Amino acid sequence: MTTHANIPTTAAAIADGVRSGALKAVDVLEAHLAQIAAREGEIHAFNLVTADEARAAAARVDADVAAGRDPGILAGVPIALKDNMCTRGIPTTCSSKILEGWRPPYDATVVQRLAAAGAVAIGKTNLDEFAMGSSTENSAFGVTFNPRDISRVSGGSSGGSAAAVAAGFSPISIGSDTGGSIRQPAALCGVVGVKPTYGTVSRYGLVAYASSLDQMGPFSTDVRDSALVLEAISGHDPMDSTSIPQAPLSLQHVLSQGVEGLRVGRITDMPSGADPDVTARLEAAFDALKAAGAKIVDVEMPSMKYALTAYYLIAPAEASSNLARYDGVRYGLRVNATDTNAMYSATRTAGFGEEVKRRIMLGTYALSAGYYDAYYGKALKVRRLISDDFARAYTKADVLLTPTSPIVAFPVGEKSDDPLAMYLCDIYTIPTNLAGHPAMSVPFGTGAHGLPVGVQILAPTLGEQVMFKVAASLERSMIAAGGAK
Amino acid sequence: MSESPSERISAEVVVKVSRLARLDVTPDEVQRITTQMAGMLEHFADIDALDLSDVEPMTQPYPLSNVFREDVVVTGLDREEVLANAPAAEDGRFRVPPIVGLDG
Amino acid sequence: MTTADSKTQDSGIQYDMSKNEIKVAPNDGSYLLDGYELVCGLEVHVELATATKLFSASANRFGDDPNTHIDPVTLGLPGALPVLNRQAVELAMRIGLALNCKVQPSTFHRKNYFYPDMPKAYQISQYDQPINVDGWLELPGGKSIGVERAHLEEDTGKSTHIGGTGGRIHGSDYSLIDFNRAGVPLVEIVGRPDIASPEEARQYVTELRQILVAVGASDAKMEEGSMRCDANVSVRKPGAPLGIRCEIKNVNSVRSLGRAIEYEARRQIVLLEAGEKIRQETRHWDETDGRTHTLRSKEDADDYRYFLEPDLVPLNPDQAWIDAVRAALPMLPRERRLRLSQATGAPADGEAIMVVVERGQDDYVMSVGEAGADVARALVHVKEAFAEQGANPTVPAADLAQMIIMETGGKLTSTQAKTVLAEIVANGGGDAVAIAAAKGFEAMDNSALEAVVDQVIAEQAEAWSKYCGGEQKAMGALVGAIMKASQGKADGKAVTALLLAKKG
Ligand SMILES: [Mg+2]
Ligand SMILES: [Zn+2]
Repeated sequence: MTTHANIPTTAAAIADGVRSGALKAVDVLEAHLAQIAAREGEIHAFNLVTADEARAAAARVDADVAAGRDPGILAGVPIALKDNMCTRGIPTTCSSKILEGWRPPYDATVVQRLAAAGAVAIGKTNLDEFAMGSSTENSAFGVTFNPRDISRVSGGSSGGSAAAVAAGFSPISIGSDTGGSIRQPAALCGVVGVKPTYGTVSRYGLVAYASSLDQMGPFSTDVRDSALVLEAISGHDPMDSTSIPQAPLSLQHVLSQGVEGLRVGRITDMPSGADPDVTARLEAAFDALKAAGAKIVDVEMPSMKYALTAYYLIAPAEASSNLARYDGVRYGLRVNATDTNAMYSATRTAGFGEEVKRRIMLGTYALSAGYYDAYYGKALKVRRLISDDFARAYTKADVLLTPTSPIVAFPVGEKSDDPLAMYLCDIYTIPTNLAGHPAMSVPFGTGAHGLPVGVQILAPTLGEQVMFKVAASLERSMIAAGGAK
Repeated sequence: MSESPSERISAEVVVKVSRLARLDVTPDEVQRITTQMAGMLEHFADIDALDLSDVEPMTQPYPLSNVFREDVVVTGLDREEVLANAPAAEDGRFRVPPIVGLDG
Repeated sequence: MTTADSKTQDSGIQYDMSKNEIKVAPNDGSYLLDGYELVCGLEVHVELATATKLFSASANRFGDDPNTHIDPVTLGLPGALPVLNRQAVELAMRIGLALNCKVQPSTFHRKNYFYPDMPKAYQISQYDQPINVDGWLELPGGKSIGVERAHLEEDTGKSTHIGGTGGRIHGSDYSLIDFNRAGVPLVEIVGRPDIASPEEARQYVTELRQILVAVGASDAKMEEGSMRCDANVSVRKPGAPLGIRCEIKNVNSVRSLGRAIEYEARRQIVLLEAGEKIRQETRHWDETDGRTHTLRSKEDADDYRYFLEPDLVPLNPDQAWIDAVRAALPMLPRERRLRLSQATGAPADGEAIMVVVERGQDDYVMSVGEAGADVARALVHVKEAFAEQGANPTVPAADLAQMIIMETGGKLTSTQAKTVLAEIVANGGGDAVAIAAAKGFEAMDNSALEAVVDQVIAEQAEAWSKYCGGEQKAMGALVGAIMKASQGKADGKAVTALLLAKKG
């Protein structure tokens, strides 16, 4: 989507060009910085653009190429990082006042792996504070607007990363997904977004929201670029005890394989509530896959309707503990007071935004003596029911297809006073986080107001290959139909 | 088992929870938060009626066990870099206001 | 947590220690105080002797400059994740197996509370599924004290209180935090309330310490805080239901432990006798005034919001690992005492064996026996003369053996033996024969001794007739004279025997 001549729009093409010497990483970077200069003012995808560091990194890539050293599979590809992953010496805020100005003394594993692959980090993107939200309106540093319609939200919580790719600021970006925070903004901004299997991408250095649900993943303009990024960042990390001991994912080679004979599941008892323009696109996707040779099968997910409740008890419970460390002692904001207890309360009250406080309160309540069994304990059991539903469904189907979001991008401010209405945005994305399975959103045409609609592909644990096969097939059918990438 | 919102959570509990979470709430906020939390809990009441007695809780998505580090020292962080990020430091240590009470 | 304010209010009751009598029943070791019995259980925290912390690769080292062993995990930095130290698990298993526990599949929980020296505002600890459960520790006298569990958890940092009155938390101006200790692996050993006297508490901690050191799990130094002890104390009339208990913290030595328990038991009895109720609370032992003081009441119930630590996975050591750890355990103090008791005939819980095993010199004593000497004599000499020597005495076992063989063979009197041994110890070894010769400690044979005895009988006719008449006092004079005449070379026992024989 970059407007600069001679600079390809995909990461794969850029990396090919840079690796072969046909392109200079510094030129690729300058083209993207120019695009940022042109549109960042109206979109606000970034909390911070690190142009100087990026220029140095791009120059190193070019030097590697010149010296004949392997510059990595993402050589010279500009990448935007959600501002909740640690970047050494570069502020990492989680879009919260409580961390404003904090410079991590270490890099997240994903950040290290991207650098090792030759990617050029161009900045830290805006998010809902501590990744809690579905619109990137809950940021201490302002809203991120949707590049497709700047009166509307970009989705969230990784709205900045989705908008950065949709606006052509970088061909790829990284987000985190706890209940849909990659897939939902991808759908609303019209880009590809992937949440891999829990344990596939290291969480080391990702500022935790809900540890048993958080997973990082890519945004891109096409399916291949997401595959490429995942190949670079996945694979076992000894710094994360929940990292699955396996080799990095291998995905690009499956993209050309067809979907003939694949069983694509339709959830017959899926919670209703999606707008008609969205369900129309889902039906079109089923049709496209059928036309490509897949079989459509019905599956039941009787417990899926409880997913929202389970999620909004489990995630806040874990968050209430994960966010207790922001106490003003070692880093970040401190509001002085006469004693430590008063200092904690003053600091946390001033430092956290309303949604974060709401979830901390809810989670503290769900875990506290006398309520644990009725709320948190019960939610863990419901989580098991949902996981069991998926296991049964995947005996009948290879993948499942749902809308990503029940609605297209909504106007800024529309839901900000109604937390429950906002929570319902994640109704289709949350179940996979509870189960730990992979899921991705691919743009599949437009709905109301000409706004993008995303279709969500769900696959069983470590089923990324079949998921990407289906995604590539949907993408091909869109291109064949003359749809924009 | 449908309780009214006011039975699900009281202002008193909201105050206790805010104290546990180290968040200050004004009396006005207590009322607002109580109503809001009660509304959410009411929405979450859909799981109340489920019979889950035979269901194992699920705490982690992927079944791993016995993940270890070897007992080998790796150089850690530079103290000065870390303390430069601290709100207050003195003598190579983090400085905090006087500590009162333990965990009340 | 062991931070405390010692200036909070006491019960206000003055107690005259001299009015109470402690009655110790002679056989069963039970301990009665004004008709009440003591019920006490100990919780002991030990720092494990690992190279690194429980969940990160920073050094586990005491006494270095503040905040020099820190990393993202230790400091609870955003994004940091814990990874379990295999060696800490192994040491925890050693402790469990040495305490006769069952090693079982276990998990980690978060215990949530705010405190400035606790970086994440939660402690990672084992909660309802600890690694070791259901063991026991046998006191030297044979009584068994139950061990409910011995679980893994992480230590906190250290606060130093500045200003106010002398480094105390109360009234200080501010505090400084050092996180070097934060994340150091601990095993918390929770004993059952089977302890019935302050002396048993002292024995339990002493025995536990020896076991921990023997298995290499910890240096277990109470003075340095690598072993910390809390006591749960209650009293009741025999046969009555359990009383309300108080938890005593801040006990820094085995001696203080006994004093603190005794003080606390007396305090509770005075309250009960006055018709008052005991409040369940945490109390702080103050070494300077020898009393316990209210630290905090349990009425304001702690709400730690325990939940399974989602950043860690279950711990499930397989049987092969458990068996290997068990097989590699060294001989424990109790077995060492029994071995020495069998070899020497001395009681296993007698002073000599207790002292020698605690010093770790029992292997040495056994090797002196293997070198041909009388083991019982070796035990006595090592206990008496080797206090300054460590577990591996510098004196070659063969040198001590040679000396003992001369002694038991009648070639050295016990007095001469002590003199020779003192020189051997001072020189880190030596040839007993040469030392004896140099000192003129000629062995006096029986005929030479008989000549001396006959001579003394002739010279001391009056004493001799008194002795023969049954006056035991007279013997002293005779023996003294014989020793003098033999220039100390005569053996006391041989002299007595000769006198008896001559008396007829
Ligand atoms: Mg305890
Ligand atoms: Zn403990």
